[in-house]
Amino acid sequence: MSSNILSSSIKNEEDNTNQNINNKKSFKLSDFYELLAKILFMICAGVVVLGVVVITVYIFIMGLPAIFEVGIINFVTGTKWIPSAEIFGILPMIVGSIYVTIGAVIIGVPVGIFTSVYMSEYAPKSVLRILNPAIELLAGIPSVVYGFFGLVVIVPIINDTLGGKGAGSSLISASIILGIMILPTIITTTKTALLAVPKKYKEGAYALGATKVHTIFSVIIPAGKSGVLSGVVLGIGRAIGETMAVILVAGNSVIIPTSVTDPVRTMTANIAIEMGYSTGLHQEALFATGVILFIFIMSLNVVLHFVQRKEG
Amino acid sequence: MSDKIKFSIKNTNLHYGNFHALKNINMEIPEKKVTAFIGPSGCGKSTLLKTLNRMNDLVEGVKIEGEIKLDGKDIYKDTDIIDLRKRVGMVFQQPNPFPMSIYDNIAYGPRTHGIKKKSELDDIVEKSLRDSAIWDDVKDRLKKNALGLSGGQQQRICIARALAVKPDVILMDEPTSALDPISTLKIEDLVVELKKDYTIIMVTHNMQQASRVSDYTSFFLMGEVVEFNETDKIFNTPQDKRTEDYITGRFG
Repeated sequence: MSSNILSSSIKNEEDNTNQNINNKKSFKLSDFYELLAKILFMICAGVVVLGVVVITVYIFIMGLPAIFEVGIINFVTGTKWIPSAEIFGILPMIVGSIYVTIGAVIIGVPVGIFTSVYMSEYAPKSVLRILNPAIELLAGIPSVVYGFFGLVVIVPIINDTLGGKGAGSSLISASIILGIMILPTIITTTKTALLAVPKKYKEGAYALGATKVHTIFSVIIPAGKSGVLSGVVLGIGRAIGETMAVILVAGNSVIIPTSVTDPVRTMTANIAIEMGYSTGLHQEALFATGVILFIFIMSLNVVLHFVQRKEG
Repeated sequence: MSDKIKFSIKNTNLHYGNFHALKNINMEIPEKKVTAFIGPSGCGKSTLLKTLNRMNDLVEGVKIEGEIKLDGKDIYKDTDIIDLRKRVGMVFQQPNPFPMSIYDNIAYGPRTHGIKKKSELDDIVEKSLRDSAIWDDVKDRLKKNALGLSGGQQQRICIARALAVKPDVILMDEPTSALDPISTLKIEDLVVELKKDYTIIMVTHNMQQASRVSDYTSFFLMGEVVEFNETDKIFNTPQDKRTEDYITGRFG
């Protein structure tokens, strides 16, 4: 990829040079600035690629030894995480991350999609003038603030209504907070997809006697489904990677939850909570947790890639 | 005119905001005939067509006055809009099959109106496709996406989709303007075939098309109906100087 960029830019340079020779122009200062600017842009683009590569390699170098030492099967399927005894099984955290994300999807996806439908099909301009900035603001709130809000509002409500081992710090609290946090991602992507559905489909459905709601569910959402799915996948990515908000409301016990009111610890929370004081194999095991998380995120990106390719 | 009247339009005016798009329209459209609306761009012919199945209701700031009756019942006062659109199908200028399979496109209308049984849907799909003269082209690929068909085939899919709802009337808004000449002729043949069972009202820019396929022709100019008569009379012995000027190509 990066070598392609490099070779094509070299080719462009050759073209430019040829042009200069053909035009018999002498080398000017402005040409020098052009070249300088191009190199600057290229370096910035290179930093992006380099960043991804370095982080990936570093995580794997730091994490793989622990996986081999504990044994990949033991590490991924082990249900006990006792650093002091050098027992490292992250199944509870994998399950925790998956459950919390599923909960977030159950809460966030319908609300997100219905909001997008309202915005693209129903809302008058005056309402959009409030909704659009509200959603931008929702996306801009720092995750620690979400977590704090969850801790002082949602956790007590859950404790009062459902109870549970964690006194409200629970799988469902984390899912609710994450469900809200992924809304902007889902709404923005879905709304764009729905607005891009050609008007002629809508007219066709109306002309056949379909009602507005029926048209939305039978024609408009299916026509924009790859965009809607992209939004959902991006939302899942956001939910599975979220750390700070989850730590504050999830309870963080290393158990496989059997109820929505049980406390859970996600992979991200595991890393963030223990990285500060860990050493040796313990630290490596945390990096190994990052490797597993990385694989999850990569898989999501592959899914996203296929979803979006179908779109084009 | 001795034919039975399908649509009766009386003193109809339509405004888009401040723009007076239809001016005091009076017309009686006969059953099981092809009626063509002709006239230069912006003359109101498409606008009138869209008032007949109330598609203009979707436009913001539209105001319609007067009386339009379908089989004697006022479509703006005494008829449910869903019911109206079931009875008055529409084919658009740009072929607009839904991005789904050919089968699902045709079955869309019947499903929308509550038909769930597979065998019944199969029958409707086959009959509609046969009636639109496209069954032989697509019978082996009913599960394929309709967007993979050519423009002419897509337009016939749209006609089949309209027929599947079992309408009385089919409105066609310049149905061939986006098609090549061969596809256009096929659609014209189909229209002539369909008028045995359906009342067809067709907007067209194409004068030859109007004279080839229609029984009645209405000439529009600046939101008014200048002349409405049998197609032969419009083209051979127009009563109004403006009609004559238009069909002989002096303007428009």
